[in-house]
Amino acid sequence: MIELVDIHRDFQVGGQTVHALNGVSLTIESGEYVSIMGPSGSGKSTLLNLLGLLDRPSTGTYRLNGQDVTALSDVRQAQVRNREIGFVFQMFHLVPRLTAAANVELPLILAGIPPQERLPRVTRALADLHLSDRSHHKPEQLSGGQRQRVAIARATVTEPRVLLADEPTGNLDHSSGQDVIRILEELNARGITLIMVTHDPEMGQRARRRLRMLDGCMTDEPDGTA
Amino acid sequence: MALHSADVARFSWGALRGFPSRTVLMLIAMAIGVSAVVVLTSLGEGARRYVIGEFASLGTNLIIVFPGRSETAGINPTTMMGETPRDLTLDDALALTRSRRVRRMAPINVGSVDASWRGRSRESVILGSSHDLLAIRHWELGQGRFLPLADIDRAMPVAVIGSKIRDELFGATPALGEWLRLGDRRFRVIGILGSEGRSIGVDVQETIIIPVASAQQMFNTASLFRILVEAKTREAIEPVKQFVIDTLQERHQGERDVTVITQDAVLETFDRILGALTYAVGGIAAISLAVAGILIMNVMLVAVSQRTAEIGLLKALGASPRQIIVLMLTEAMLLSALGAGLGLLLGQAGSLLVRQVFPVLPAYAPAWALVMALAVALLAGLLFSLMPARRAARLDPVLALSKR
Repeated sequence: MIELVDIHRDFQVGGQTVHALNGVSLTIESGEYVSIMGPSGSGKSTLLNLLGLLDRPSTGTYRLNGQDVTALSDVRQAQVRNREIGFVFQMFHLVPRLTAAANVELPLILAGIPPQERLPRVTRALADLHLSDRSHHKPEQLSGGQRQRVAIARATVTEPRVLLADEPTGNLDHSSGQDVIRILEELNARGITLIMVTHDPEMGQRARRRLRMLDGCMTDEPDGTA
Repeated sequence: MALHSADVARFSWGALRGFPSRTVLMLIAMAIGVSAVVVLTSLGEGARRYVIGEFASLGTNLIIVFPGRSETAGINPTTMMGETPRDLTLDDALALTRSRRVRRMAPINVGSVDASWRGRSRESVILGSSHDLLAIRHWELGQGRFLPLADIDRAMPVAVIGSKIRDELFGATPALGEWLRLGDRRFRVIGILGSEGRSIGVDVQETIIIPVASAQQMFNTASLFRILVEAKTREAIEPVKQFVIDTLQERHQGERDVTVITQDAVLETFDRILGALTYAVGGIAAISLAVAGILIMNVMLVAVSQRTAEIGLLKALGASPRQIIVLMLTEAMLLSALGAGLGLLLGQAGSLLVRQVFPVLPAYAPAWALVMALAVALLAGLLFSLMPARRAARLDPVLALSKR
């Protein structure tokens, strides 16, 4: 489903070229549960952004569902992002002035889905994450765990096939973190492809397939495919 | 992926309310720009009307008729030599009122007699005229009333005197109602001209005005010195001039033996002044709107950097660059429209204040200025937010989202 071939991503940082990704090749099948671990600056966030079409590789090919998405226009990439990919961020990135329901509704609005179709989908997405009684709360009125659950509802309301999570528990206390991980794993169990970047070895170990990044290169952990 | 316009409006409105300080700043910028246009144009317009008013006080739309033909065009001076022009009569004057383009008419007769009261006497200018003279000359009456409205061929023993005459003949004694001797006749003083009385060529303060028929009797003549005709509008001046010439020619057995002059030359200069004034006001207005536009651009740029994370998020959620531009522009347009509306109110309040402080200045913003201010505000809002909107659309979502 996801196929990366010899991906390079170089940044210019003050006259020096930094190789954030240095020839990464990777295939991920539909429904997989993958964790990406590695030290800071190893390129794991860059890889996640690339997978989410938020960034383009300097060289290399990225095929999503057999389609070369690196060559797509901005508009087409935006469409693919809207339909196929859900993002969960460490900082939640909820729009502070919008209610939980309105935040979840955003991707549907951007997809141009008519209002009468949006409401039941938003309601269902919030109910799935046990947030029905929080739908009219602003983010500032929600706990960290609740915020991340709203973010997950927003990421899944378009029913994407891939969920990209960047340190989803990084800003949460232990029990909220456990909660969020359990929810993500449930989604994976129902068929969504889950790719999670994390610092936390405990979280990383839970994934069926564990990838380790170092200096822009990738290694499958020996016991990763257990 | 077309956005629903209701969604766009709702989202933009939410964004405006979500950043109240920025919204208020921008509204102020816009409102100041628009209200500046309104106040400036109302000042310009007020000045224009004031100038018109001042000109009007000299006697507007005036056509002056006097006997004899002094035009050189097409006339051989030798033919003038032996010609005795026919006099202008009161009947001629009355005939000149028979046009709907004529507002007022005043015949004028001038002479000089000894005016005396209780032993004091003084040589003074006598003006024989009629009720309408006051309005035609825009003179002000200090006390009492002017010549009564009556048939102009009725000789009445009443007089209106200039303030200097009053001072010199009557001193501190109230002059109203006193009998004044002019030559061998007695006239009752019914009014005193204000000392502010303006004049062209005649010193009003040293003048005594009596009914034209009385003056004719006093000087034993049937002729008039001048006839003043006031046209209803500026546009009517030329037709009235032609009407006067034609009427008098007809009444004088086909002879064109009168001279008719108008204020054309004065009005032409006046027109140039007004034109320059209008351009100046337009220029000032344009500058203030440009300033408002640049303020809008700055605030929108601030808006983009303030909302970097949100724009990055929208991109991550699948917003296309075009959608980002639409959202940002809608926001700017909403702001511009609100700000412009506010500015119109402010501007109207401002010109009201100007009118309160300077009652002589009729400072009303002309309609074209209101329409222009609104239109240019919206246009400026659109143009000057294009650049920030496009910058937002090009924003790198990775960088935008990584700002913590």
